[in-house]
This record gives sequence, C-alpha cells and structure tokens, in this order.
Amino acid sequence: MSNSTFDVQKKIGKPWNKPPLVGRKWLRWALFSAFIVYLILAYMTIEVNWSRVYVGLERGKKFILAFTNPDFTSRSADIWEGIFESIVITVASSVVGIAISIPIALGAARNLAPLPIYLVCRGIIAISRALQEIIVAILLVAIFGFGPLAGFLTLSFATIGFLAKLLAEDIESMDRVQAEAIKASGARWTQWINYGVQPQVMPRLIGLSVYRLDINFRESAILGLVGAGGIGATLNTAFDRYEYDTAAAILLIIIAIVMALEYSSSAVRSRVQ
Amino acid sequence: MPIRDVNNLKLWQRRSGRESLFHWILWLIGIATFAYCWQQISNTTTWFFVWDAPRIANDIWSRATPPKWEYITQLGKPIWDTLNIATLGTIFALVLAIPVAFLAARNTTPSRLFIRPIALIIIVSTRSINSLIWALLLIAIIGPGVFAGVIAIAIRSIGFCAKLLYEAIEEIDEAQVEAITATGASRWQVMAYGIVPQILPAFAGIAVFRWDINIRESTVLGLVGAGGIGLQLSASLNVLAWPQVSLILLVILVAVVISEWVSAKVRGAII
Repeated sequence: MSNSTFDVQKKIGKPWNKPPLVGRKWLRWALFSAFIVYLILAYMTIEVNWSRVYVGLERGKKFILAFTNPDFTSRSADIWEGIFESIVITVASSVVGIAISIPIALGAARNLAPLPIYLVCRGIIAISRALQEIIVAILLVAIFGFGPLAGFLTLSFATIGFLAKLLAEDIESMDRVQAEAIKASGARWTQWINYGVQPQVMPRLIGLSVYRLDINFRESAILGLVGAGGIGATLNTAFDRYEYDTAAAILLIIIAIVMALEYSSSAVRSRVQ
Repeated sequence: MPIRDVNNLKLWQRRSGRESLFHWILWLIGIATFAYCWQQISNTTTWFFVWDAPRIANDIWSRATPPKWEYITQLGKPIWDTLNIATLGTIFALVLAIPVAFLAARNTTPSRLFIRPIALIIIVSTRSINSLIWALLLIAIIGPGVFAGVIAIAIRSIGFCAKLLYEAIEEIDEAQVEAITATGASRWQVMAYGIVPQILPAFAGIAVFRWDINIRESTVLGLVGAGGIGLQLSASLNVLAWPQVSLILLVILVAVVISEWVSAKVRGAII
C-alpha cells in the first residue's frame, strides 16, 4: 500500500482553473489595460494637497470626537426649527407630489392611455427625472425667493418623476383580465379605473409613497444649502462656524429620523405587499 | 361581504361600516396634517414674490437664452473632474462596500450578535446622509477640491452598494455553497467559488447603477466647493452670468442622459 504512488495530477490531467470573466483574451487585456490607463490619468489630474490633508486630519479627529459628545442644547432652537421645517416640507411635498403623479402615471401607462397622452406624460416624467433636485431648487429659489416654498415645489416636482414612472410600470404589468371583467359589467371609465385597476396597483402605490416620503426627507435635509428651507441651512452654518458638536447633533437627528422612517416604511411595505 | 340595506334593496359596498369609519378618520388625520403643513409653508412665504414669479421667470429665461456656446471650451476640465469624482468614488465605495456587505449578510457574517449590527449601522449612517453634506464636512476637514468630492461620493455610496449587495448575498442558493463545502474547501474558498459567482451579476449591476447616480450627484458637488462642473455652476450663478448657467445646465443634462443610457445598456447586457 505504502509504496504505491498515486499521482492525481497524472490521472485527471490538467488542474482545473477558474474560467476567466471575459472569454476573449485580447478583450480581457484591452479592458484591463484601459482601466489601468484611466486610473493613471485620473490620478494625475487630481491634485491632492497632502499637507493640507494632514493639517485637516486634526480637525477630522475633532469632528469624530464631537459625535461622542454632540451638543443638542446650545443651538436647540435653530435645530428644532430646521428639523420641523424639513418635516413640513417633506409631508406637504409628498402629498402634493403623489396627488399629481397618480394621473400622470395613468397617462404614462400604455395600456390605459392613447399615444398622444402617453407621450406627453412620459415627457413630463423624463424631464422630472433628468433634472436634479438641487438644480431645480436653485432655479426655484431664484424665481420664488428664499424659503420653504421653493423646497416644497422642488420635492413635489422630483416626486412626480419617481412615483409616476414606477407606478406606470406597475399599471402596465397588471392583470388585464380583472380590468376587462369590470369593463364587461358596463362600468364607466372612472369606475373601471377605480374597481379594475386601482385594487391591483394599490399595494405598490402605498409602498412607493412611503418610500418616497423617506427619500423626500433625506433630500429636504440638503435643500437648505441653496436657501430652499429646512435643516440644511442650519447645518451649513454649523460647519461654517466650525461648531462640530452642533453639526454632529444635527447629523445624528437626521440619521435617527431616516432610520425611523426607513424602519416604518419597510414595515408598511411588507404589510401591504 | 358588506351589504347596505336601502328600501329592502341590498346594495353591495366595498367596506363595512367600521372599516369605512376607520378610513374616514385616517383621511381626516392625513388632510389635517397636510393643511397644517401647508399653513406653515404659507406663513413663511413672501407671497408678493410668488405672484411676481412669472415675470421673474420670464426675465431669467430671456437672460439665459441663448446659452453662451463659446464658454464650452472652459468646461472640458470640469467635466473630466466630474467623471473622475463619480468613477473613482464608485470604485472606492465598492472596495469598501464588499467587506461591509459580507459582514452584514446573515449567512456570511462571522458574528450575528456583534459584527452584523456594526455593519448595519455603517450602512444606515452612510446612506442617510446626502453626498453634499459629506462634501461639506470633508471640505472642512481636508480642504476644497476634487479629492474631497471623491471621498464624499465614496462614503455616500458605501451604504447603498453594501445594502443591495448584502441583500443579494442573503438570496443566494445555499445548495451551491454546500456543494463547495462538501469538497473540503476552506472558508475563503467557499466564498470565492460558492458565493462570489452567484452575486457577480448583481454586483456588476449595482456598480453601474451607482455609477450612474454618482454622475448625477457629482455634477452638483461643486456647489459646496468639492470640484467638478458644479464649481463653474456656482461661480456663474454668483456673478449672475445666466447664459453660462444655461450652458452648464445643458451640459449636465447631456451628461446625465448619457450616463443613464450607458448604465441601462450595461445592465441590459449583464442581466
């Protein structure tokens, strides 16, 4: 037994190798080298002032330490005012945004709407999705003046693109049989939507609405940077004055609210879906 | 089935009495909350400006058109910076998100009691703070510039990528993992040959998806001084050079559309 040598390699031939991710050899090397070249080019154009970074690390340490000792009290009036305004903007813009996006979603579903309406609604969605919140906020602040109204309009506008698109996709993939059964019973168009379409997409609509509420709160936290109301202005001021303990307090409040919202929204979504 | 009796005629209705009462109360609370919120907004709004808005909008439009086309020669470097911020930020984020995701997934975490909550906290806290706020913070710490933008995008993306990735890891097919384990593979080999091939398509999809979002976000990072085309935008806004602003907005729009197209193509090819 002991002197019989058993060479696995000889028996089964070549050892197994993991198949490469990209099949063609030249393409693999071309992609890899293009990636390396890009990295080198990108690295060369980024100027990093390491001495400045080194100086700043001290400040970074101070900021991280501030998280262990956040200051909720000395600016509490400003903080709560900002948070309250953020919540107000979030709620109002979500309600209005959802209310507007439902008819647009109906129009953007190819199985409900005729082609001209479909194209118009899809156009609205595309515009709303392509423009970033903060850019819209800048323009609206320029037009409507500083304050939460600009933030409210921005988030309502952004909600339309998000909600109408996803809702329209859900309507398009709904079960046609149920809708047709309602139609066959002699329902009007509104009744058809109400009893044939709405019950099918309602869970998704509720889920998306809660999710959008969550997103709107996160976005409302930055609108203040451009003067559109909310906690962002307070936060920006805190950073500018190097009051890291106040900034840490604000960030902790934002994280807490987002966590609470996320938790409740996932609870709602798992209940309705 | 809830039925209402009207003159001995049985009418079908969707909800029973208690259900519809509950619904009414819910709607009432909702509408009251909205009315209150609207009142708050309305109180802090200068309505004169709002009524004046169409005139202002017209005024801005007439100043902003036509865009100052020759300004585009100065936008090459900012666009390159924006692209770098998004791409390098995504790469950094993915490198950091992979270990976090493995630590957060229920089936791969070394310790459910201690390490998983920490990973989840990293995911939630990086995700819930916008990249603009990260940029503000990093500018105070490491100074303005592209580098701050890259790091801001990277931090913000960790949570997003790690969350999607750990959900993908939790959904893998355990049979394949077991098969690899049965061959006597070590923990790392199981990971490399049993788990990674299963999540690779999801990983590539997440990477491209986040890259697309990051292109959008990096276009505005310059507003707080973190490099990219946003710097030009805020400089033009500050001097009220509206023709330049409109050109920059057009360039941003084109960049966003292109990145969305690329990401849709790549995701279509992978999935």
